[in-house]
Amino acid sequence: MHTLEQIMARVTAALPGVRLEVIPNASPANQASLLLDHEHAREIAKFLRDDPDLRFDYASNATGVDWPEKTVKEKVKVKKIIDGVEKEAEELAERKTPGFLEAVYHLYSMALGQGPLILRLRTGNRTDRVALPSLTPIWRSCEFQEREIFDLFGIEFQGHPDLRRLLMWDNFADHPMRKDYAPADHQEAKP
Amino acid sequence: MIAPPPQLSAPGIGDSVGHDLLEVSLGPHHPSTHGVFRMDVVLDGETVVKLTPVFGYLHRNHEKIAEKNSYLASIPYTDRLDYMCSMTNNWAYVLSVEKLAGLAVPERAEYLRVIVAELTRLFNHACLAGFLLQDMGALGTPMMYAFREREKILDLFESLSGSRMMCNYMRFGGCRCDLPAGWLEQAAKVAADFAPFLDQFEALLSENEILRARCEGVGVLPRDLAVNAGVTGPGLRASGVNYDIRKVDQYGVYSRFKFRVPLGGRGDVFDRYMVRILEMRESLRILDQALRDLPAGAILNPRVKLRNLRPKAGEAYGRIEAPKGELGFYLISDGGPAPYRYRVRPPSLVNLTVLEDMCLGHAIADVVIILGSIDIVLGEVDR
Amino acid sequence: MTVGMALMNEELQNQLSRQGVVLTTVQELYNWGRKNSLWPLQFGLACCAIEMIAASMARFDMARFGAEVFRPSPRQADLMIVSGTVTKKMAPQVVRLYNQMPEPKYVIAMGACAICGGPFRDGYNVLRGIDLYLPVDVYIPGCPPRPEALLDGLIALQKKIAAQRLTGAGRPRHLDANAPGEFPVPEYGAHDLVGPRLPAAEET
Repeated sequence: MHTLEQIMARVTAALPGVRLEVIPNASPANQASLLLDHEHAREIAKFLRDDPDLRFDYASNATGVDWPEKTVKEKVKVKKIIDGVEKEAEELAERKTPGFLEAVYHLYSMALGQGPLILRLRTGNRTDRVALPSLTPIWRSCEFQEREIFDLFGIEFQGHPDLRRLLMWDNFADHPMRKDYAPADHQEAKP
Repeated sequence: MIAPPPQLSAPGIGDSVGHDLLEVSLGPHHPSTHGVFRMDVVLDGETVVKLTPVFGYLHRNHEKIAEKNSYLASIPYTDRLDYMCSMTNNWAYVLSVEKLAGLAVPERAEYLRVIVAELTRLFNHACLAGFLLQDMGALGTPMMYAFREREKILDLFESLSGSRMMCNYMRFGGCRCDLPAGWLEQAAKVAADFAPFLDQFEALLSENEILRARCEGVGVLPRDLAVNAGVTGPGLRASGVNYDIRKVDQYGVYSRFKFRVPLGGRGDVFDRYMVRILEMRESLRILDQALRDLPAGAILNPRVKLRNLRPKAGEAYGRIEAPKGELGFYLISDGGPAPYRYRVRPPSLVNLTVLEDMCLGHAIADVVIILGSIDIVLGEVDR
Repeated sequence: MTVGMALMNEELQNQLSRQGVVLTTVQELYNWGRKNSLWPLQFGLACCAIEMIAASMARFDMARFGAEVFRPSPRQADLMIVSGTVTKKMAPQVVRLYNQMPEPKYVIAMGACAICGGPFRDGYNVLRGIDLYLPVDVYIPGCPPRPEALLDGLIALQKKIAAQRLTGAGRPRHLDANAPGEFPVPEYGAHDLVGPRLPAAEET
């Protein structure tokens, strides 16, 4: 069984130039994940699948997550002029963390019985840069699941053989699982 | 091999008669599609040349509703995913929450979970054989026998949890209620009566020449494709891949039970049917051991706050071997009372990835049988 | 022997039948034939469909009430048991199937989802009850209702049919040339279903 760090080391050794980042997980489940860069994602996926020591041949779950833009209020130290003297003071400043959409993949190895290995891919933003490389050419189990992410979140998977809506009807215009989706006809249930 | 999107009525194929391809929409209202499932099939005579599944007719927005509900309130919704098997759905969800929040489960509760899960597997596989035979034209008899056995197990569930189908039985850190008086003896009797029922069922079906002729060699799923397409459950094992999550992850107390994992040789419809019959026999073995070894004790971890559970921010993916395959829940918590992201990994949907591959080149009558052998429930496919 | 009286005295009827004389009205005979042989459409949407199947199996046996013959084709069915959640994607198909059924036809809304959307009411793809598009005759609450509850609903429908007068204002739709037998089919819009809904069942 390989730890996440060992897997990361193996990948970077075999594929120089890839950018990987460990995203920690604070819950007791201790399932940290690897954030992949877009241009090498498919190469990394293929390596993970075919390397004889890793053999992650089974992509169990592919899902989307919506992280909208957040406004974070932080205390920052600024230099201000108070009563004619320059002093350091604390001020409440607002910082916007950019929003993005995320695709999360859970991989297991049927051949070697290890897993889960969790991969993440993030889009540029939630509006116009919503493309991600599709991992369906590597694991066919992502075929319907990526279509569902496209349907409900709006991530466009490049390289997917048949990217169209899965659950909603074809001329439906919204992406309902986004956090800012409001249904057309009714809002909250009346008590 | 993923075929290009379908064309509506291609031009004539080229012999002197000049015939066209026929496009048929099987479903969403169809007696044999196991629910509101639709397949757009393009036929050359009776042979399938293209098959496109259409989903979403039972998309009930479970994942979106769960983002507003507390963790506890989502348990009854999980009953309604694979609506034939509410106990295993409950278990997959509470297992994932227990992973997310780091909750321990008392031993008696673990044994109870195994007992109800294996009872569920028994009637699920029996009903599948019934539905499959119904699709083959054995109008009613195997299904009636299977449903008769199912009713006996539903009686057990009703006296235990209060409901036949939507049991809402498991909780984070254990089970909701303990066994009523006499339940254990009744369960032992049901398990003891199930083995002769299986013998009778098999004597009626497994050597039947119509079943053999219609199922052998039909809908073959090669091993490598099964693994790559994420097929799990009896369909995967019928193709010869030894992967049973009860043995791989050893969740709950499954490591304490001796049972075998049946594997198929060819991966056709008959193998998928036969693997399920053999799995029922293995479930009976597990049931005997669990009923015999059930310890006394608490059934719920007293330290768990069920009503206002707020797991620490983080995420977890938990999975079990449900009767249909790998049922997993991926939960992201932001520290609040409701999950930030609640995802159901549906075995039925992922198993359908290979439906077209298995059906190409077969007659349209075989499509119905191949679909039946995959064992889908639309509540889980569409959620 | 039939007589043309509007209503028979039940006491008299019972006395005579004990002596081997059966007296009835055209209405009673007509309705008796209809209610005891309802052919349901083999149509199940979700979880309630499994209880509907269980109701037709050996233990609960819907055949006792005449409703055993489930027909797959709507052209041959009298009764549509809407069992399960009606999603917006499925709603046009449900209405189309209803329109294809010949008169007299009845609808039973089985389960909380068919009545009002049930536990999935807040879903963006869930229709809040089939009575927004179709006229429902009997509502059976439950999630899912037990097979006995479905049989009870079937008996309630049979009583309703038995009480239908064949002439006058309350006559059934198939004897009234002005009553609509087909209802408008909703269509898929960009954000929701579009199309007229039944006026009586607007959301509260």
